[in-house]
Amino acid sequence: MSLALIVALPFLGAFLPGLMIRSGRNACAVSAGAITSLALVMLGLHAPAVLRGEVIQTRIDWLPQLGLNANFFLDGLGLLFAGLILGIGLLIILYARFYLDRRDPMGQFYTYLLLFQGAMVGIVLSDNILLLLVFWELTSLSSFLLIGYWKHLPEGRQGARMALTVTGMGGLAMIAGMLILGQIVGSYDLSVILQNKEAIQASDWYLPALILILLGAFTKSAQFPFHFWLPHAMAAPTPVSAYLHSATMVKAGLFLMARLWPVLAGTPEWFYIVATTGLVTMVVAAKIALFKDDLKALLAFSTVSHLGLITMLLGFGTQAAATVAVFHIINHATFKAALFMVAGIVDHSTHTRDLKLLGGLRRAMPITFAITTIAALSMAGIPPLNGFLSKELMLEEASHTVWAGIPWLLPVLATIGALFSVAYSFRFLGHTFLGQPRSQLDHPHDPSVGLWGAPAFLTLLVVLIGLFPMLSAAWLIDAAASAVTGEAVAVNIYHWHGFTAAFWMSVIAILGGFVLLMLHAPLNRLWLATPRPEAKRIFDGIVEPLAALARGLTQRLHDGALTRYFAIATVAIVAAGFAAFLGGAHSPGLRPETPVEIVPLIGWFLLIASAAAIVSFHRNRLLALVLVGVIGLIVSVGFAYLAAPDLALTQISVEVVTVILLLLALNFVPKTTPFESTRLRRGRDGVIATLAGLGSGALIYALMMRDSAFPSISGYHLANAKTEGGGTNVVNVILVDFRGYDTFGEIVVLGIAALVIFALTEAILRAGPANDRLLTWVQDQRDAGDRHPLMLVVATRMVLPVAIMVGVYIFLRGHNEPGGGFIAGLVVAIALVMQYMASGFAWTEARQRVDYHALIAAGVLIAGAAGVGAWFTGTAFLTSDFGYVTLPPLAPFELATAMIFDAGVFLTVLGAVMLALASISRIALRAGEKVNTAPYDTDLPDGEVR
Amino acid sequence: MELTLAIAIGILFGSGVWLILRPRTFQVIVGLCLMSYGVNLFIFSMGRLRMGAAPILTKGAEIDPSRYSDPVPQALVLTAIVISFATTALFLVVLLASRGFTGTDHVDGKEREQ
Repeated sequence: MSLALIVALPFLGAFLPGLMIRSGRNACAVSAGAITSLALVMLGLHAPAVLRGEVIQTRIDWLPQLGLNANFFLDGLGLLFAGLILGIGLLIILYARFYLDRRDPMGQFYTYLLLFQGAMVGIVLSDNILLLLVFWELTSLSSFLLIGYWKHLPEGRQGARMALTVTGMGGLAMIAGMLILGQIVGSYDLSVILQNKEAIQASDWYLPALILILLGAFTKSAQFPFHFWLPHAMAAPTPVSAYLHSATMVKAGLFLMARLWPVLAGTPEWFYIVATTGLVTMVVAAKIALFKDDLKALLAFSTVSHLGLITMLLGFGTQAAATVAVFHIINHATFKAALFMVAGIVDHSTHTRDLKLLGGLRRAMPITFAITTIAALSMAGIPPLNGFLSKELMLEEASHTVWAGIPWLLPVLATIGALFSVAYSFRFLGHTFLGQPRSQLDHPHDPSVGLWGAPAFLTLLVVLIGLFPMLSAAWLIDAAASAVTGEAVAVNIYHWHGFTAAFWMSVIAILGGFVLLMLHAPLNRLWLATPRPEAKRIFDGIVEPLAALARGLTQRLHDGALTRYFAIATVAIVAAGFAAFLGGAHSPGLRPETPVEIVPLIGWFLLIASAAAIVSFHRNRLLALVLVGVIGLIVSVGFAYLAAPDLALTQISVEVVTVILLLLALNFVPKTTPFESTRLRRGRDGVIATLAGLGSGALIYALMMRDSAFPSISGYHLANAKTEGGGTNVVNVILVDFRGYDTFGEIVVLGIAALVIFALTEAILRAGPANDRLLTWVQDQRDAGDRHPLMLVVATRMVLPVAIMVGVYIFLRGHNEPGGGFIAGLVVAIALVMQYMASGFAWTEARQRVDYHALIAAGVLIAGAAGVGAWFTGTAFLTSDFGYVTLPPLAPFELATAMIFDAGVFLTVLGAVMLALASISRIALRAGEKVNTAPYDTDLPDGEVR
Repeated sequence: MELTLAIAIGILFGSGVWLILRPRTFQVIVGLCLMSYGVNLFIFSMGRLRMGAAPILTKGAEIDPSRYSDPVPQALVLTAIVISFATTALFLVVLLASRGFTGTDHVDGKEREQ
């Protein structure tokens, strides 16, 4: 369970910073840090076992039918990556606290960061490739939010969009590749897939799967030619760049290649695709990095280059090279995260990141200078720092790897890559801190320890791993490399290998890099003079026409004409229905027709006549409403006739409330509809309506004349209503017991609908065009201006207690006889609405003791509490219990916990109906209702009219 | 009876569709009301028709499921009736808001050349 918890923790904790920001920026950062630390500690508890070579597993069945399970496993590779993600995450959280400006929404930042962190940890701990894909896409989405964090900057938004497009497309390709892989093996579990090297490499589908998966990995890890998104993502705040591009997001592609290394690597296809791509990326990006003037752009291309280096090592397909790749992953994360943070510090204190403007900062910023020196020298591969160790090993691997029969190609290109790497590292250091300032800088200074603490810690690691690699890193490399290669690895890292090929390549790289930097000025002029492909322009050139096409299509289909959408939808549904009926097999309708009696037939004629009248006279809106009322009445009588007393009661009470609502609203729309549709249009609509009517009528007729294809579940409900639910009204027992969970959901929906109505009313009544229109509302019919009839006022007040009594009665008998919470709620609501109608809004509101919002809340809470109560008896949510109670002098009666639930239903229905009515009444008040605005009481002196 | 009911459902549904296809908000709401009658009767009829056999169990007697009409569609329709009330009320306020904010009761929020 604990592994799933480590993954879930950042997601669960993502809400915390958003809330804690109310207590200040420190509390916000501390909450994010606490979540990460907790996850890190939980990971650390597993570390000893993993380092002993054990694999920790957590298995949770999710959708086993699809092969999708929430399975997690932790081996050396997972431990390395999860440790990097959480550890560097913690440092970034510290750094960001001091980096972000007071105006930046910090709560949002940490929330996004934790979401991203959770997705990354999910990738590295997943034992199911489908689950891994879910997390993979989540990193794309959450990194989109992080890169575009500064929403006011167009570069930020564009960079985020480009990153999402490129990595998202790669992710799509990868989904296909993973599915093929799963099909070959017959399982989506990584631990199973990793055991099936022979089956995968022998399959005809190996190459397609390989290419598709590598597309995902290469786009994520910014490999050539997909490298262009990464520099554009530098528009993100520096903590984001430091996190995403040193230890996490871009390493996800490397992780995937390392994870699948045992089954995919070792073939010529793997070698030529992966090693070549890595090699090209390493050299090309290192060259571009040298000519970038922006500190972060330089680091971005340097990152691309180092990712290429690691990809190349993985591509070699040998155990030794893969081990070096793992080592370099650690080293790159340490020095690159530190350098990104340094770039942020320089930006913070000088307000520029342009190398052409910087220089000579060593005196003003000694601490930053020290940190940068160590990290940059490590990046350049200068002994004895950790970057030197892994680069030397890389050169060693490259020196004896033959590419397509050409033995000198790989060593030469690797040396050139290293040479550029030395040059840009020195440039980063030299042009920022050494020499003289190239422009007037505004009091550069070292920042507070909050900002330099994190990079200083990382440089400490750089030095430690550099000086004592066997002590500080070898154990982790052994565990991770063993997991990558599937064989036990025991590395032996030392500084001096003798005068080997790698040594001379290293010397050439360092000296050549130095010379290159000396020649930087003329070379830069040459670079600027030569034409270069502008990635962003090419990308936009591809994306813009596609976006325009999509936009055009959308605008054509969604032209805002509601009736058109509805006509298309209706025709499509009717056509689908006819096609299904004509194309599918079905038995003939053999059920006997129930005889028709004369009285129902009269009601039927009335209903049809009313419907026809509505269709003909709907322009007269009041008449249409009256006719709706007539139809509703007939429908409720029909329910009673067709053995559904509960439905009849519900329908008739809903009918009353609906008609009152419609009448209230009718006050604010024209009373008649203009005659505007063309003959053609009406003909078309007539055909569609006729088809829909014919279709639905024919369908239900066909259904009614046949028996159900499957045995009905109703028998169970009838047989168990009394014994299990303790009631004889089966409909009510279904509502409050068998299907209580559905009902619970429904009253929540009802409550939400009422709250939305209230909120919309508030919006209408707020100052604005709607409110202005209400204030200047002119009735298109003259008001009679009379006060409400006294008889009605008196009668409704006398009826109120009786009506409430009836409501209570209907509620209490509901479990056994027709009735229940829904109907009782509606009946009481009608009794209250009568007060509004008779005595006016103001009078009623003045006497209203309980807020309708509170009624809804109480109803939902009581219903929920009734459900939770079942837990205390060890049964599932909403299981009801019942018993018989004897209260002398009453006869023994029955009490069921379902009654409590039903009381919740009652309160919610009452509150929701009343809130809806009261909201619309408020609109009437605003529109300047002239009668019944003041309390109308029977004890007014004669002749006084308010 | 089945045929009569099927015709009624068809007519309610057809009239509802016709009204929803009108370009004014008020007609759309009335159309939705008619359609929800049709839909509720439709779901209800899925339990097949029976007269005089309400699903109220006789106390103390042996329970024979074939003696009662189907309670499950009834329970479904009961909640559907209440929810359709909520939807109607919600659409009414949307109608008022749309009318208030745009000044027209055309469904598209603006008068349109036909």
